[in-house]
Amino acid sequence: MLIQRLFLSDRGGMVVLGLLALLAIAVPILTLAVPEGSALHMSTYTVTLLGKFLCYALLALSLDMIWGYGGILSLGHGVFFGLGGYCMGMYLMRQIGKRGVYGNADLPDFMVFLNWSELPWYWAGFDSFPFALLMVVLAPGALALVFGWLAFRSRVTGVYLSIITQALTYALMLAFFRNEMGFGGNNGLTDFKDILGFPITADSTRVGIFLTTVLALAAAYVACRFVTASRFGRVVMAIRDAESRARFCGYQVESYKLWLFVFSAVLAGLSGALFVPQVGIINPGEFSPLNSIEQVIWVAVGGRGTLYGAVVGAFAVNYTKTWFTSAYPEAWLFALGTLFVLVTILLPKGLVGLLSRRATDEVKNP
Amino acid sequence: MSMVERIPRFGKTLGWALPEPEATPQVNTDFGKPILYLEDISVSFDGFKALNKLTLYIDDGELRCIIGPNGAGKTTMMDVITGKTRPDTGNVYFGQTIDLLKLSEYQIAQNGIGRKFQKPTVFEKLSVYENLELAMASDKNVWASLFFKLNSEQKVHIEQVLSIINLEAHHKKSAGLLSHGQKQWLEIGMLLMQNPRVLLVDEPVAGMTGEETEHTAELLTSLAGKHSVIVVEHDMAFVRSIAKKITVLHQGSVLAEGSMDQIQNDPRVVEVYLGE
Repeated sequence: MLIQRLFLSDRGGMVVLGLLALLAIAVPILTLAVPEGSALHMSTYTVTLLGKFLCYALLALSLDMIWGYGGILSLGHGVFFGLGGYCMGMYLMRQIGKRGVYGNADLPDFMVFLNWSELPWYWAGFDSFPFALLMVVLAPGALALVFGWLAFRSRVTGVYLSIITQALTYALMLAFFRNEMGFGGNNGLTDFKDILGFPITADSTRVGIFLTTVLALAAAYVACRFVTASRFGRVVMAIRDAESRARFCGYQVESYKLWLFVFSAVLAGLSGALFVPQVGIINPGEFSPLNSIEQVIWVAVGGRGTLYGAVVGAFAVNYTKTWFTSAYPEAWLFALGTLFVLVTILLPKGLVGLLSRRATDEVKNP
Repeated sequence: MSMVERIPRFGKTLGWALPEPEATPQVNTDFGKPILYLEDISVSFDGFKALNKLTLYIDDGELRCIIGPNGAGKTTMMDVITGKTRPDTGNVYFGQTIDLLKLSEYQIAQNGIGRKFQKPTVFEKLSVYENLELAMASDKNVWASLFFKLNSEQKVHIEQVLSIINLEAHHKKSAGLLSHGQKQWLEIGMLLMQNPRVLLVDEPVAGMTGEETEHTAELLTSLAGKHSVIVVEHDMAFVRSIAKKITVLHQGSVLAEGSMDQIQNDPRVVEVYLGE
């Protein structure tokens, strides 16, 4: 079997998939079947929190593909996450229909508020879920294709590329803050009512979205594993380690980088789309440069270039963040900075490097 | 090695007597004729003329050594052939029909020109075996690599090259853990996997022990005939041991060309190397 072959040498990945399967079974039972008074009952708050972490894990996975394997440090992956989120948000806005504050069936509330008379052209089609899903993939993918084509073709690499991606996310944040853009300005898109006809706040819907997220993460993991285990994956690592050597071996380096970037952007877009119905809002804050940097820290903390390390990192940092921001809200950014510095100095291979240190020693001294 | 191959001068006239080189499908030239034509190449960087109307022909199957003092334009010449640097003027033809100036680096490599860098450059995190596998001549576009699988013929090819470069015992090792000399060989092995018509080799024995140097000399000499080999080297003892024909570059153009003896007795070469 393909999957068997892919995971033969990826024990960490097997553990991740096993835990995901466990979540997929346990969470619905604990939330829906166990009565509310019981100590084992899981609140929808916890389900949503877990679901959020899973989205972050998917986002971390996408960053690990481009940074850990491709060696391209994107400090703007929040852009693709945000675009995916906005596409889903637009669909959810259209589902509100007449139930908005102004009761306007044709226009979202914020457009009525701005005295707009008709829906902008780029909102067309978002009533349809399949169309929205298509855009979730196409919008981040197309932006990555154009941006990547320009950047890689000009052989922009290293820190310069990182700075440009950071500028990209900042530019999009400023643009989305503007009301004239037609995406709800600084309030973003919110007040969602239902998704595919199911009320979005109902417990069963939340569990449904949670399960979808688990499935998406598992499928994305398998896909990433397939890509990294293929010759494509080895070429990408070769480019990371010796770009000109790869070029003189006859590989068109730019197109490898470009398609890796697009793949990564699509995964990030998917994670954004899964994120929005769970947290109930998408606003330009998702494009803030700080967010994108935080995402890079997840991967660094977990350990890059392993895939499962990214999942571990996303969970570890975000769990800490949840705890920290309720206990010492002001101190979080300092803690995050300290964590990043410590991990870089003490654990260059991240948390999973601790576990696999023995395994790599064996490889080095066969 | 047959008698004819031993006498390089006869390559041109007695070419028909030699075994056909393993031709890569893209290239179609008659053996014995020049395979690489550099004509009137000039390259300048900020006013400095790195190459000045350089004209050079490399015959199919020959082993050519290129020497010259620092700044003579040796590396720039390689950059021009492999597409890394575009010349201001001049023509570069590969075979009769392929205009290298119109191709980009990866296309030139796919057409059968391999290059070894001065500093050994291998894919450090990948194993020796994977390094060779990546270098192998095959469909190298994105989609094909995603679904690529080694066939048995290709596996045999990799094993052959592993034994030529003496790294069979290390095929699972990360390339980054090899010694300097082993990395040099791995890189030469990667060139062989590409099955190029022309090999450009920049300082192959830098940092090698005496024994390794000897082995490299044997390897390069055995490659000539099947491939054209262009070696840039400073180590004169090494050049003497392998060279049949030597080209001396000076200030971006050819100063002298001929056998080792001719070169050593050429007063212009002596002047450039030893000063007045």
